[in-house]
Amino acid sequence: MSDTAVTAVAANRRNAPDRRVMPIAAISTSAIAFIGDFFEWFGNLGIFFWRVLRAGLTPPYECRELIRQLDEVGSKSLPLVALAGSAIGVVISLEARYSLSRFGAKSMFPATLVYSVIQVMGPIITGLVVSGRVGAGIGAELASMKVTEQIDAIEASAINPYRLLAATRILACILMLPLLTIAADACGLLTGWFAQALVEPLSFHQFVESGFKGATLNAFLPPTLKTMVYGFIIGLIACFQGMRTRGGAEGVGRAATNSVVLGSLFLMLADVVLVKFILVVFP
Amino acid sequence: MATAQSTSILPEELEESGREPVVAVQDIHKSFGAHKVLNGINLTVNRGETLAVLGRSGTGKSVLLRLIVGLDKPDSGSIRICGEDIAGLTIDQLGGIRKKMGFLFQHAALYDSLSVADNVAFPLLHHNKALSKSERADRVSQLLLEVGLDGNLDRMPSDISGGMQKRVGLARALALKPEILLLDEPTAGLDPISSREIDELILKLQKERQMASIVVTHDLFSAKIISNRLALLDQGNVLIEGSFEDLERSDIAFVKEFLKQ
Repeated sequence: MSDTAVTAVAANRRNAPDRRVMPIAAISTSAIAFIGDFFEWFGNLGIFFWRVLRAGLTPPYECRELIRQLDEVGSKSLPLVALAGSAIGVVISLEARYSLSRFGAKSMFPATLVYSVIQVMGPIITGLVVSGRVGAGIGAELASMKVTEQIDAIEASAINPYRLLAATRILACILMLPLLTIAADACGLLTGWFAQALVEPLSFHQFVESGFKGATLNAFLPPTLKTMVYGFIIGLIACFQGMRTRGGAEGVGRAATNSVVLGSLFLMLADVVLVKFILVVFP
Repeated sequence: MATAQSTSILPEELEESGREPVVAVQDIHKSFGAHKVLNGINLTVNRGETLAVLGRSGTGKSVLLRLIVGLDKPDSGSIRICGEDIAGLTIDQLGGIRKKMGFLFQHAALYDSLSVADNVAFPLLHHNKALSKSERADRVSQLLLEVGLDGNLDRMPSDISGGMQKRVGLARALALKPEILLLDEPTAGLDPISSREIDELILKLQKERQMASIVVTHDLFSAKIISNRLALLDQGNVLIEGSFEDLERSDIAFVKEFLKQ
């Protein structure tokens, strides 16, 4: 190889980008973009919440729409929540009987079932079921309205869409979640007792007396009322995702999926904080 | 020939003359990211007058309507509706001004979960709460009759044709007896017969109600029929403004090209 050719090759190597550096640069650019999007998303969520809060607290109040949403979120979710609660009751009953028998603590079965269902499983299962059914429904409905300019039409008719569409749905979720949780708890306890009664004789009276023995309102009220926070999260995220949708049918699908995924994720993260909070405040 | 510079009347001049326009758009700029859509546009519309806004796709005609109704905010400039500057107003403060405006969206934007009658009743239900159920139903029937629809009250928007959807959208836009009517491509996507029917309907409503109207359209024939004045947009600004004859007499190459269609 001539000297000129060697020099040309060396120059090309100097000018060519370092292949080891490129992936690192690409990854860091993506990471910066992701962090930027992350903070932008939270910023927009905050602005959205402020608009909904301001609209929801000032008249005129959309009572008619609120009642419709209470029915949509509450009554129409009841069968699904009852079914999920019932299934959880049976599962806990089967698992608890087996575990407690191993440690010779079968007498603890009613209390284990009651506390497991009411304090832990009932609220979270209700939250997840409602997040799936209502979160997806709200996300898809509002996203569809957004891409077909129906939300713009509402606003152009001098009606505040944050008040009519978002505040009513979020409030309905907040109000209905504790009631649905009570229904899920009741179904779970009934089916749990029934599953136990099929194996060993245990009257319902005995089950209730033993299960709730020494229980205070503090043990059951905070776990049930914490679902209001779940409702707030489900409603807020679904409305936010729906009302910021862009991009036609694909955007509608994305809004519905994100409503469920993000709603469920934040619900579980909130549960971590709420459980600790309840343990500290209501020992 | 009348150019934008020669015929546009600034709001201050009209205020001085004691005849303020119902809609006055002054030096409006609007960009979406790096894309500049409107570049210092000036327009006025007086009571009883119909202005047709023409231009190529993507020149910001629909954006202009959205800015006037307050659905988007301008980057700079002022928009005065019935003498009130809407810049900086909150969504609730805009409510009072929006009641004076009726907006027909390009695809009608009917509420797909409500029947035809409920779509038209929607603004009445929220703003005319004193109306009894029967009074509201009468008003809805009257509005639908006014736009040439009868006997379709309980059908859903998905069950009626595009032309009928436009009529329902128009009836909804008229429900609060607006002083200003904004029409975004009222004849787009309709067959020629339906388009002419919509044009005649708009003309009839103009005669009866004496509203100020802004019609965004690609349909030159329609613009010629229904408007008193036309404004042709190009590159985010008004290239020429005047009567249809003024446009026809123009020497501007783009105007000649546009009128060839």
